[in-house]
Amino acid sequence: MTGDFFPKASVRAGFFLTARRHAGTVLLYYEYSTVKMLVKPNPSSGVPIYLQIMEQIKHAIATGALRPGDQLPGIRALAETLVMNPNTVAKVYRELEHEGVLELRHGMGAFVTAKGHSRSRTNKVQSAQPLVRQLVEKLRKQGLSEEEIRRLFEAELIREEELVR
Amino acid sequence: MILETEALTKLYGRFEAVRDLRLSVQAGSICGFLGQNGAGKSSTIKMLLGMMRPTSGTGRIFGLQIDKPEESIEIRKRAAFVSEDKRLYDYMSVEQLIRFTRSFFPGWRSDIEEHLLREFELPLERKIKRLSKGMRTQTALLLALCRGAELLILDEPTEGLDPLNIEKVLGLLVGFAAEGTTIFFSSHQIAEVEQIADHVFIIDKGRLLLDAPLDQMKEEYRYINLVFDTPIQAPALAFDGIERVQVDGRSASLFASRNVEGIVAQAHALHATSIDVLPVSLKEIFLESLKARSH
Repeated sequence: MTGDFFPKASVRAGFFLTARRHAGTVLLYYEYSTVKMLVKPNPSSGVPIYLQIMEQIKHAIATGALRPGDQLPGIRALAETLVMNPNTVAKVYRELEHEGVLELRHGMGAFVTAKGHSRSRTNKVQSAQPLVRQLVEKLRKQGLSEEEIRRLFEAELIREEELVR
Repeated sequence: MILETEALTKLYGRFEAVRDLRLSVQAGSICGFLGQNGAGKSSTIKMLLGMMRPTSGTGRIFGLQIDKPEESIEIRKRAAFVSEDKRLYDYMSVEQLIRFTRSFFPGWRSDIEEHLLREFELPLERKIKRLSKGMRTQTALLLALCRGAELLILDEPTEGLDPLNIEKVLGLLVGFAAEGTTIFFSSHQIAEVEQIADHVFIIDKGRLLLDAPLDQMKEEYRYINLVFDTPIQAPALAFDGIERVQVDGRSASLFASRNVEGIVAQAHALHATSIDVLPVSLKEIFLESLKARSH
């Protein structure tokens, strides 16, 4: 339990006030925060919140918005900014660590690993995008709605999982 | 378990307010206690806080028995709560009430008090009896949150608040949870339970309908819509994990609580020409559970 219960106004604005010791003096400076690129999850979407945030972080890495070595916000800061359960934030970080996307350094926080941002992964995602775009455009031209397209994708993914087993 | 009940029951004559309720709340979690008005949420919370005696069954908070008066006093020292009626001393002003309450709690968090007064913009001079419903809720929350308790038991903590203030309260609760505070809160607002809870209890007509981690529910519950070449009979679709089947000629709509992959495989085996799998929101799970109950 710390006495400093409430986040500084600066945290809410999307910036962190970071203190660093430098040659015996404490320098205060504003650090650009990754909180800014994450948006509030949609709790009623049917997709678990932890999966939504995991996707957001992976997407930020795939697009290069987050780079190896970048630090993610603390559990509490992210929970308060996105108004979500801190246990869920912890789960997101744990799962991403398990996947090798993040590294959790004890007492320091969560950092993007080199693997999380491997070129091949980024390239794969980037090269897949036009394929998906073409397919979606084609389906739209055939008169399918957004909802129908989404359903088809999900049904297909579930069927694939089933075949793999 | 920081809070648990066993076969907790409250009868009013022949009316069953709460029946055989078995709750168990893990320390550090945010538990949503969801039910319609009159489902038995407030009766349960009153029993937890020793404000009402169970007809039968019992419960423990911090390992202390809720139905033993001396142990209940100890529980109320360590757990902070907001009751259904937000009962406060009407003749005091907001400021007087805060000062009065603060004097009972050595662990009073002045930093939180200051922060909440700013956030809620409460009129310090105004008498409690002249506060709006929303301001009463905010005052009751302030008094509970400043106590620095390890467990918060909140009955409808956002009652009467507008969306902006609801978001503020949820943000506050999340901050407390991050400090290790356990939160058990009742609500009939599905959206707010879905937003911050990690575990959900659904109660209806005094009985527990559902008790599961929220993520697990969202990962396992699905609507599955099937279309076949020829008309199908409902019994053919009674697969493992199906909660409800609705058949209309060649198409069928299934509601599954688990085993979605198995169900999809079986639908393929029956040569379904179209298989749609849709995620389910907590609202739909809630409504489906009520429907299943009434059948």
